[in-house]
Amino acid sequence: MGLETKIGEILPDVLTTRLDSLVNWARKSSIWPATFGLACCAIEMMAMTDARNDVARFGAEVFRASPRQADVMIVAGRVSIKMAPVLRRIYDQMPEPKWVISMGVCASAGGVFNNYAIVQGVDKVVPVDVFVPGCPPRPEGLIWAIMKLQEKIEREKVFTEESAA
Amino acid sequence: MADETEIKSSTPRYADASLVQARFASTIEEITEALGEVTVIAKREGLVELMTFLRDEPSLRFNYLSDIGGLDLGEFATPRFAVAYQLYSLEHNHRLRVKVFVDEDDAALPTMWGVWKTSNWLEREIYDMFGVSFDGHPDLRRILMPADYEGYPLRKDFPIKGY
Repeated sequence: MGLETKIGEILPDVLTTRLDSLVNWARKSSIWPATFGLACCAIEMMAMTDARNDVARFGAEVFRASPRQADVMIVAGRVSIKMAPVLRRIYDQMPEPKWVISMGVCASAGGVFNNYAIVQGVDKVVPVDVFVPGCPPRPEGLIWAIMKLQEKIEREKVFTEESAA
Repeated sequence: MADETEIKSSTPRYADASLVQARFASTIEEITEALGEVTVIAKREGLVELMTFLRDEPSLRFNYLSDIGGLDLGEFATPRFAVAYQLYSLEHNHRLRVKVFVDEDDAALPTMWGVWKTSNWLEREIYDMFGVSFDGHPDLRRILMPADYEGYPLRKDFPIKGY
């Protein structure tokens, strides 16, 4: 269109884009997960980072032990009622913007642990962006979830009425 | 032949409990044997003395309380609950089970904390899961479930998903 072509002629090194696109591109290309391995799903979560699956291709290989440096919490495993407040605290300690992936059927809906000890779905404790089915999901499944999350981040608005106020 | 003896001596066996039967006649109700496993059915009166004797008697020497199990026989059974102490002697390589029945309206046993320190957490687990309390326990709190949890999950009348 008019302005872009003009700038392209005058300043060939300049790229014009929307701020939303730029910021979302930066965010989605570097989603650092907080480690929250609770059960066997955590093994598949670790397998996601290995040489065969190599989640570094999607910029999500830097697992952080501190929630303050993490962007996404991968809840990998069954959440017991006793663990739920701890999980919520970890989530609260993560800086905005933040996302949650519920990995596997136990974290998503309780799974086979339909009993007195397990939270029947982690969305009762924290808001979940992507649910991954499986018991456990394969590393590919989790990578699929990260790609879904990237698609979701692309659609986000950087400046909301809330942040402008 | 020599090998056979070796295997026999290395396999844990159940101890001969006849030694305590006469000595603790008022505490021991019955001694049963099934599949080579010996169970002493006892009353809670004099239980601490019985356990202390089992630990200290040189020929028995049950110096290790390996587990405490709870049992709910159902809400219509009297007595409703049973608590089973699984004893093991590291010295003699033999075992013994002591079982005590308690009523629902008076579900309390004396603590074994003075005999085996490990009973601290084991008794807390029984309290947490069955609601059987232990008199004299130094720190009787829930151990597995959150402190504000309602009910005792391993009771037969407990709904499978909780209240």
